[in-house]
Amino acid sequence: MYEEYAVVMKGIVKRFPGVLANDHVDLFVRKGEIHAIVGENGAGKSTLMNQLYGLLHPDEGEIYVFGKKVDMKGPRDAIRNGIGMVHQHFMLVGNLTVAENVVLGSETTKGGFVFDLREARKRVKELSEKYGLHVDVDAKIEDIPVGMQQRVEIIKTLYRGAEILIFDEPTAVLTPQETEELFEVMRRLKAAGKTMIFISHKLNEVMEISDNITVMRLGKVTANLITKETNPREIARAMVGRDVVLRVEKPPHEPKDVVFEIENLWVKDNRGLDAVRGVSFKVRAGEIVGIAGVAGNGQSELVEAITGLRKIEKGKVTLLNRDITGLDPRSLRNMRMTHIPEDRLKYGMVLQYPAYYNMILGKHWWEPYSIRGFLNHPAIFEDSKKLFEEFDVRPRNINMLGGNFSGGNQQKIVVAREVSSQPKFIVVAQPTRGLDVGAIEFIHKTILKLREQDVAILLVSMELEEVFSLSDRILVMYEGEIMGEVKPEETNFEEVGLMMAGKRLEEVRS
Amino acid sequence: MRVIEAILDVFRNPQFYSITLTASTPLIYASLGGVFSEVTGVVNIALEGIMLMGAFVSTAFAYYTGNPWIGILMAMVVGVGIAWLHAWASIKWWGDQIVSGTAIILIAQGITGFLMKPVFGQVGQTDLEKFKMIKHITKDINPIIRPIKLPFPENSFLGQAFGTISPLVILAFVSVFIGWFIIYKTTLGLRMRSVGENPEAADTLGVNVYRIRYFGVLMSGVFASIGGAFLSVGDTGIFKELMTGGRGFIALAAMILGNWNPIGAMFASLLFGASEAFANQLQSSKLIEVSSSVKPLFNMVPFIVTLIVIGGFIGKTRPPAADGIPYKKSE
Ligand SMILES: Nc1ncnc2c1ncn2[C@@H]1O[C@H](COP(=O)(O)OP(=O)(O)OP(=O)(O)O)[C@@H](O)[C@H]1O
Ligand SMILES: [Mg+2]
Repeated sequence: MYEEYAVVMKGIVKRFPGVLANDHVDLFVRKGEIHAIVGENGAGKSTLMNQLYGLLHPDEGEIYVFGKKVDMKGPRDAIRNGIGMVHQHFMLVGNLTVAENVVLGSETTKGGFVFDLREARKRVKELSEKYGLHVDVDAKIEDIPVGMQQRVEIIKTLYRGAEILIFDEPTAVLTPQETEELFEVMRRLKAAGKTMIFISHKLNEVMEISDNITVMRLGKVTANLITKETNPREIARAMVGRDVVLRVEKPPHEPKDVVFEIENLWVKDNRGLDAVRGVSFKVRAGEIVGIAGVAGNGQSELVEAITGLRKIEKGKVTLLNRDITGLDPRSLRNMRMTHIPEDRLKYGMVLQYPAYYNMILGKHWWEPYSIRGFLNHPAIFEDSKKLFEEFDVRPRNINMLGGNFSGGNQQKIVVAREVSSQPKFIVVAQPTRGLDVGAIEFIHKTILKLREQDVAILLVSMELEEVFSLSDRILVMYEGEIMGEVKPEETNFEEVGLMMAGKRLEEVRS
Repeated sequence: MRVIEAILDVFRNPQFYSITLTASTPLIYASLGGVFSEVTGVVNIALEGIMLMGAFVSTAFAYYTGNPWIGILMAMVVGVGIAWLHAWASIKWWGDQIVSGTAIILIAQGITGFLMKPVFGQVGQTDLEKFKMIKHITKDINPIIRPIKLPFPENSFLGQAFGTISPLVILAFVSVFIGWFIIYKTTLGLRMRSVGENPEAADTLGVNVYRIRYFGVLMSGVFASIGGAFLSVGDTGIFKELMTGGRGFIALAAMILGNWNPIGAMFASLLFGASEAFANQLQSSKLIEVSSSVKPLFNMVPFIVTLIVIGGFIGKTRPPAADGIPYKKSE
């Protein structure tokens, strides 16, 4: 049965306590195609894929791989059936090398017991050359950039003989250049006859790389589309169930006094090298200043320094006319500076805490959440419920642990908390990473509303689209320096792109 | 100046070096055990308790059978048994590893104290002659593992320092090397390290997280119990209540200082052993007068050294990322 398909999932049902994550889902993936799955945050995409990879067991339904009915008890079985997965959150061992990570669990050995590192390195190199997946085999995972970590994940699956590769939001953490490289690799894999399942919230990517599209909504499949015969608008409608504004309208708004200012800021990165070199700028009330740049050009360090998470080597930071250089995060929060961090799993939330605690983290000592040093639970519950409604966090269960929310809904919780802390100045880093189109629309509207309320906003984003559509002024960062300042209506992608590559504004315009 | 003279004198004395080895050996074994457990992600502060049990069991079997090697063997068996308890509580049932470890220490201290009378017929400290009398044993019993002679000239410095040496000391260094080899050069070791760092990732690749962690913890039982047994049948031939005296914790410090690497832990153990030997030698130095009321202060030297060194090194060593965190498979 189903011989022409690489994967068939029929009538899949998966329940979690209080959630029907997959509700009789059917998925048909042809041999050798790139099949996209799209859907809102929490639609059940990752859950579906985790069942295909044996990490979860379906409550109901059948799975066929290359026409053979399979029942997978764990990833081992999936691997045996030729399935590999590149997870939404990478599954890599930080202190092991690239080669060690690739072979872990199916190691090359000398005599069964002794690990044959040389053979492992050789095999990894072969695979990396064959598919154009450039990696440094001897580097430790914790020392290499995300893009390379992802390539390691891909090589891991290929090493295990995967014929079907699952990519769960592979581009969420990539820069545009890295995304292009990934697509190049995917095309090469397709040419080699591999079948791929690709999950993404970015519809232009789906349009570019996929052959067919399955759209999910609230645990059900709502549409099966052929990429060539559809368009982003139609996909978005199937996803969200209504028309979505793909680009929000920014009303004119006159900025007020300067709220935040940095002068000649110098910051070092983890290796002790200068990551931010003499950056200066101002942000006024009711103004959005966007920072564009390729990942790793000092943006993260800049944000960490501003928000009190990293030491400032030199320079001065002023908030509301007060020198706040070197102040700790708690004092900064009390001065109404809030922060939506780019790494929500690391800095944004505590995965083991229920959602209601995550909703008040960082303001838990404020009234009414805390009265005379004791937590005031009724107020915490009430406000969490209100924010869940307002920000449409799903499922509406404030008791669920942070770690059990889907990626996009975790992000909504963080955004809700920070935005509701009545900020005077807010630092927003990668606010829509991993969010669906509907949620992006909502977050963008929220940020613009803050602008309306005369909050000073610093937006750091790798998404040029986002920077362009939200910012009043754009600063482009390259190797720790500002290459120039432009207004979105007076520039274009190309000009900013050149500055991101290291050209100064004067050079670009001369 | 007398003091400086006395200190130099300690370092010139070959005895200092032989005591250093004796004092380091239990630490080397126990810290190696700690490395095996923690590399897989299970914190094992029970080392202190396992050592104490090892010391007790080995003495008991040495006294009854007359063969200290049987004592060592049985100590290992019991050590694995206790480690298994810790593994069962903290791996199978996701128990808090500190609580489980503490419980084991207290149990070990209780049991060994309680069994003194029924097993040896005396409390506080064993005495072989009294034991033979009570149990009506007449044959000769040698409760100490016979030292071996190394081919150094008898009267040379080396000969005096390391000429006669317990085989257990040599075995300690061999174990460290084997441990290092297993952890860094075998597939098993690769899996051990992966499970201690990111068990979820290892799991998705079909590595059996639970089994590997059990292995690590059981191995820590083996080594810690030998370390404890060395204190009794390897060195003094007697068992004293609470005779480990915090060495299990110093071994943990050595493991941390050695950055969870068997070889590093070995060097750290040698450092702590040397500080113990130093304190020991200095207080009995003839060049300075140490009143008996301050002597106990000298016994604190190893702990003070531990504090200073760990304090200075903290942040420079890095534990396995999942160390101490129980692993629950999601369903
Ligand atoms: N372990 C779990 N326990 C309870 N609920 C869970 C668990 N895992 C997922 N869920 C719930 O199942 C639903 C589907 O989640 P899933 O992660 O599959 O969504 P998704 O489509 O991948 O979303 P995103 O685009 O945000 O990643 C969500 O409502 C989520 O909260
Ligand atoms: Mg997902």
